[in-house]
Amino acid sequence: MACQIKENEIKEKVIEICSEFKNDPNDLIAILHKAQNHFGFLPKEVQAAIAEVLNISSAKVYGVVTFYSYFTMEPRGKHPISICMGTACYVKGAEKVLKEFESKLEIKNGQTTPDGKFSMNTLRCIGACGLAPVIMIGEKVYGGVKQEDVSKIIKEYE
Amino acid sequence: MKSKQIKIALRNCGHIDPEDIADYMSKDGYAALGKCLIGSREGVVETMKKSGLRGRGGGGFPTGKKWELAAAVPGEKKYVICNADEGDPGAFMDRSVLEGDPHSVLEAMAICGYAIGADEGYIYIRAEYPLAIKRLKIAMAQAREAGLLGKNILGTGFNFDIGLKYGAGAFVCGEETALIKSMEGNRGEPVMKPPYPAQKGYMGKPTNVNNVETFANIPAIINNGADWFASIGTEGSKGTKVFALAGKVKNVGLVEVPMGTTLRELIYEIGGGILNGKKFKAAQTGGPSGGCLTEKHLDTPIDYESLKQAGSMMGSGGLIVMDEDDCMVAVAQFYLDFTVEESCGKCVPCREGNKVLYQLLNKITHGKGELEDLKKLKDFSEVIKSASLCGLGQTSPNPVLSTLDNFYDEYYEHVTEKKCRSKHCRALIKYIIIPEKCVGCGACKRACPAEAISGEVKKTHLIDQEKCIKCGACYQKCKFNSIIIE
Repeated sequence: MACQIKENEIKEKVIEICSEFKNDPNDLIAILHKAQNHFGFLPKEVQAAIAEVLNISSAKVYGVVTFYSYFTMEPRGKHPISICMGTACYVKGAEKVLKEFESKLEIKNGQTTPDGKFSMNTLRCIGACGLAPVIMIGEKVYGGVKQEDVSKIIKEYE
Repeated sequence: MKSKQIKIALRNCGHIDPEDIADYMSKDGYAALGKCLIGSREGVVETMKKSGLRGRGGGGFPTGKKWELAAAVPGEKKYVICNADEGDPGAFMDRSVLEGDPHSVLEAMAICGYAIGADEGYIYIRAEYPLAIKRLKIAMAQAREAGLLGKNILGTGFNFDIGLKYGAGAFVCGEETALIKSMEGNRGEPVMKPPYPAQKGYMGKPTNVNNVETFANIPAIINNGADWFASIGTEGSKGTKVFALAGKVKNVGLVEVPMGTTLRELIYEIGGGILNGKKFKAAQTGGPSGGCLTEKHLDTPIDYESLKQAGSMMGSGGLIVMDEDDCMVAVAQFYLDFTVEESCGKCVPCREGNKVLYQLLNKITHGKGELEDLKKLKDFSEVIKSASLCGLGQTSPNPVLSTLDNFYDEYYEHVTEKKCRSKHCRALIKYIIIPEKCVGCGACKRACPAEAISGEVKKTHLIDQEKCIKCGACYQKCKFNSIIIE
């Protein structure tokens, strides 16, 4: 799953996104958000293009991308699974749910299945503590998830 | 029983259509801004000081004082920032305010702008809150159209407009200097204070940063008067506080109670008590910077000072209830795992020290702890607290120190007897089949992924402790309650 985006396409899109922000490096984070929305992830080619257009170093862009957990340099699966590990979810058994996903999908937290279908990551509180433990697949939120629900949930996407 | 509640910050949430400015205005919306604009700037600051409102984001710094500092700094260009980077796991009051009553925040920011002499504001919001972002955008457009944001507001000559800046998932950005760094397109690393943001903040200009819940209180304070607000709460902490009640409690959700409400009232009267008839063990407040309150704190009136005295802190208001099944060493480890991941890495005590704390806790929960590790935990915690640069590191050992203080016997059991009384730490528990109860149905044997269970049909089965991976599959499958955890 290397970068499948064409180089000239990258450049064009990056120029377009940056110009929306008047090529202002102060808006780097907003630009990265837009770029990730478009490309799905932020490979180093995209980072280099952004650095060039904003006239800042690639190291600076890389530093920002790797600092924030929202940005990813790896392509995510078609159905990104996010498991909330906030405190409320933790005390209600999120760890068990995470382990179950790991064993059912045979990937570790942070990885993508070889067929590119599912990827998995943990996040810190989506503010739905009343429904704990909570997971998200894409935009869809599942509340009160139990270990034994996991296979059923995965089946919905197969 | 929700009668203990008084709604100030959440006064409109659920009662108005957040996407309709007219609805907000029918509830005295923007009346406070109008009232401020015909009075003096100093008058607004004075009202805020008199109200006794303190920062609801965690620190509890007096808001009026903060505004006074920012107002006193000379400068043509100043900024107002609303900190909506709600990162505390288990807290979601800011999201609720932004989604349910976005105009109250915009109005308060404009009031702040007038008071300190700023004409530009930003809301720094988590990208994880798409609905809040959408509603803010709608609210800002409506306010601009109504002449309540933008140039020459209400014909008074006062200019003020608001923009959005997005966070990208970094807990440390809740710290105001880190937040400002992030807004400027950098890694969110905190810087030394002073200079305070009031002197040199966003783009090097005087900046006032307040949290969402703090702002949401302000229009109500202006409309009803500082004395009204100051009449609610305790001596040092005025008004109400929104708590996100979560964990092992029957009624979960947001509650807003006067400062000084006791933990017992919160958990038992409003929360309806502990789930499944279990025993209350602790309530965690203040998130990764806070600590645990125990049974002996149940009747303590909750305010900034009392929580601090109890070794915890107000934080943003997450309140997670834990019962007898929660292992306090594992809870401390959970928070340290969070801190290790969220430390920005700039200063050594926080970056390396928290790792050491985590490793020590990990050792203890895995049954390899020694008595001297408990002392090490304490020593390292003290160093991290006193030598870290920002609020994150200065408070990150709190979950360890507070559990050590309140649950020392649990730590002690983990290291000396290798026992976890909550039966949470896997390395310290054993699944055992009681021969008298086992009917030999074989369900456990089939469920075991490690092939650790042996036994013939209709005869007593046995778990091989060497092979057992303690997954609990057999325990769940057994219909005869013949498997116990020791």
